[in-house]
Amino acid sequence: MERFAALLDALVYTRGRNAKLALIADYLRTTPDPDRGWALAALTDALDFPAVKSSTIRNLLTERVDPLLFALSRDFVGDTAETASLLWPQASDDAMPPPSLSEAVGLLQGMTRASVMSELPRLLDRLDADGRYALFKLATGGLRVGVSARLAKTAFAQGFGVPVEEVEEYWHALVPPYAELFAWGAHGAPPPDTGELPLFRPFMLAHPLEDAVLDLEDYVAEWKWDGIRVQIAHAGGETRLYSRTGDDVTGSFPEMAEALGFPAVLDGELLVRGTHQGGEVGGAASFNALQQRLGRKTVSTRMLADYPAFVRLYDVLILEGEDVRELPWTERRARLEALMPRLPAERFDLSPVVEADHFEHLAEIRAGARDEAIEGLMLKRKDSAYVAGRKTGLWYKWKRDPLLVDCVLMYAQRGSGKRSSFYSDYTFGCWDGDPDEGAELLPVGKAYFGFTDEELKQLDRYVRSHTVNRFGPVRETDRGVVFEVAFDSVHASRRHKSGLAMRFPRISRIRWDKPAHEADRIETLRALVRD
Amino acid sequence: MAAPFAWIRAEPHGIHVVPADCWIDPSLPVPNALVTHGHSDHARGGHGRTVATPETLAIMELRYQTREGAMPVQYGETIRLPGGVDATFVPAGHVLGSAQIVLDHAGERVVVTGDYKRRPDPTCPPFEAVPCDVFVTEATFGLPVFRHPPIEREIGKLRDALRREPDRCVLVGAYALGKAQRLIAELRRAGHHDAIFLHGALERMCRLYEAFGVDLGELRLVADARREELRGATVICPPSALNDRWSRRLPDPITAMASGWMRVRQRARQRNVELPLIISDHADWDELTATIEEVDPAESWITHGREEALLRWCQLHKRRARALALVGYEDEDD
Ligand SMILES: [Zn+2]
Ligand SMILES: [Zn+2]
Repeated sequence: MERFAALLDALVYTRGRNAKLALIADYLRTTPDPDRGWALAALTDALDFPAVKSSTIRNLLTERVDPLLFALSRDFVGDTAETASLLWPQASDDAMPPPSLSEAVGLLQGMTRASVMSELPRLLDRLDADGRYALFKLATGGLRVGVSARLAKTAFAQGFGVPVEEVEEYWHALVPPYAELFAWGAHGAPPPDTGELPLFRPFMLAHPLEDAVLDLEDYVAEWKWDGIRVQIAHAGGETRLYSRTGDDVTGSFPEMAEALGFPAVLDGELLVRGTHQGGEVGGAASFNALQQRLGRKTVSTRMLADYPAFVRLYDVLILEGEDVRELPWTERRARLEALMPRLPAERFDLSPVVEADHFEHLAEIRAGARDEAIEGLMLKRKDSAYVAGRKTGLWYKWKRDPLLVDCVLMYAQRGSGKRSSFYSDYTFGCWDGDPDEGAELLPVGKAYFGFTDEELKQLDRYVRSHTVNRFGPVRETDRGVVFEVAFDSVHASRRHKSGLAMRFPRISRIRWDKPAHEADRIETLRALVRD
Repeated sequence: MAAPFAWIRAEPHGIHVVPADCWIDPSLPVPNALVTHGHSDHARGGHGRTVATPETLAIMELRYQTREGAMPVQYGETIRLPGGVDATFVPAGHVLGSAQIVLDHAGERVVVTGDYKRRPDPTCPPFEAVPCDVFVTEATFGLPVFRHPPIEREIGKLRDALRREPDRCVLVGAYALGKAQRLIAELRRAGHHDAIFLHGALERMCRLYEAFGVDLGELRLVADARREELRGATVICPPSALNDRWSRRLPDPITAMASGWMRVRQRARQRNVELPLIISDHADWDELTATIEEVDPAESWITHGREEALLRWCQLHKRRARALALVGYEDEDD
């Protein structure tokens, strides 16, 4: 438990992704089984101890600490679990030695609503303040140490020198503490069997096209739809929907869970019905509409009716127990087209191939596609197998050119990690009218990348010498610098004062030359909304 | 006969010893001041006469560039103030020269702690508990969540980081008076004999400590060092310089901070600290409450920090107490 507590604390204080990876990889390499497996489960939020609720912690404390002292402490610390870990009366020296992580997990699993109030204190008495904090976080879930499941899997891969795609694939076949996964990764045992389960298979991903010109003899083009990439898997009578990161999102889209009735693993874009993408009736609504459905634990009938989901299929990975990932794209495509009649049309359609005579023709189609295929084009090598991850030369994404708008820097905030001494996070705005007639700037977005290190230094110097106000880590600057901001799309949003929200804004150029009053107005941005 | 303790009053800008017309740690200039220790919120300049330990007076001279009106008094020495008030300066264990002020008048005894701690500190003599009628106590860490860990554990964390990352340096933010020198002295006590590098703002205070006989080992300035020499080294700076442009000259520093506030994770994260060192020059909750029990006063007056929780503790333990609303004291960056 001490090692796990130390890992959690180190992760709390470490900001950089690589540093976090190194910490976890080192922990996984040097910690014995099954502790490391339980730690991995805790980091990926795969554990659940229903007997322990955050109210349990509060109740335990109010039995032991004066309520006013608890309230004052909680206000100061800001986190109930941390407050409780610090307030817990230190046990006498003859308490039992601290438990290992697996012993703690075993004890937590054995607790019931009826026994938790007597058993949890005995466990807490064996730990110091850091250990108690780790135990509370473990027991109530949600470690909040900035580690995604993907990062944890990458750390496993890095720690044992195995491909992350394979970790991803075996992962879903296993339950904590993942004994077979460690046997494979750490000791070279044969990989776990991924047989008869609706498991996640790692996605094949694309590289940006950059400046390359491809021969359309070898490559086929498809639209890149602006939804969320999903995999839908059916096996053993069960259907699951996975996001790009391998998260199970079936719960948010129950209509999709009922839509696939035979064993298969399919790759496609999850969209919501509407008339925007593709233009024709029965097409897809904008990404904004899809967002209404994301991240919901329960879905109302109203939601299902207003924003019905469907999947626009790109590919097939497994069909009736046969793994077709080794086949070339053309053959997989043929199988995909052949199976379409077996799928309900209101839940599935096929992403069409975009026909073009030659590459320049394709470029024209792409340039004209602003309203249609929101994100751009995909180019897939016709003879390529379905390979996990990003392999050079097989798939390319050719995003349509970004939208551009000129904005004025309004606020700057210190970055984190290596950038903590720089003002590197910028909030910028557009004019709400004619600046020469007293118009104001309204914030329209925030960006912290797109510039070079040298430009960052210049901007940092600029911010420091043009500060007009300070609010904690934030400085308000005079309205003197114009950014050319690139973004993928803009949508109506009630969360922002300007009523607009950009997707993927980044600084494309710093316009030192441009006077602030020549920056764009809100109307210009509003005209680009395609909701 | 006057009401009990009527001769001493808590006013917004300090504690007033009425018969002597004397103020303890006043936040405004007064004709006669008694100063517990050199931290700037206690030791302001501009008083007519300042009574304090020689160490505190030297610290004030360093800051205000004048010794005018300085009246040194040694630990344990009693001076007679006008109006029949005796004042004795007793070690508080907080920083170099820090004292509690024991006041005796008309058979009543009041102790003003200033800031204090109960843990051993190689840079100053330890706190002495003086039984009294009124105990005016600080409450900087007056919440039951504050239980400072042993300093050996925290020094160990720092040395582990140095060992683990020989190509980087550990940059510790530490309060310029007291914390920085105690940190250095504790590193030395733990067997760390390498040169320790200082931000320029810490140099004069370290030299002053040395002049009073505190051995700090080899100290060098960051400004005089080559980048390569700083790899694997401990660098100490004032907390305000931690995320400042100044730190860019250091080789990939691990940002640390030595402060009692580091007990709380959110506080450490707010300061972008990677290595929080829970080192405080103030009494923690257990020490605050144990000290009240030890000196066993008829009344406790609580000031300077989280008065509310300590007041509640006194109430729960059937002890008379009140919170003083003094102005001008800050949460020291401690
Ligand atoms: Zn102080
Ligand atoms: Zn103080």
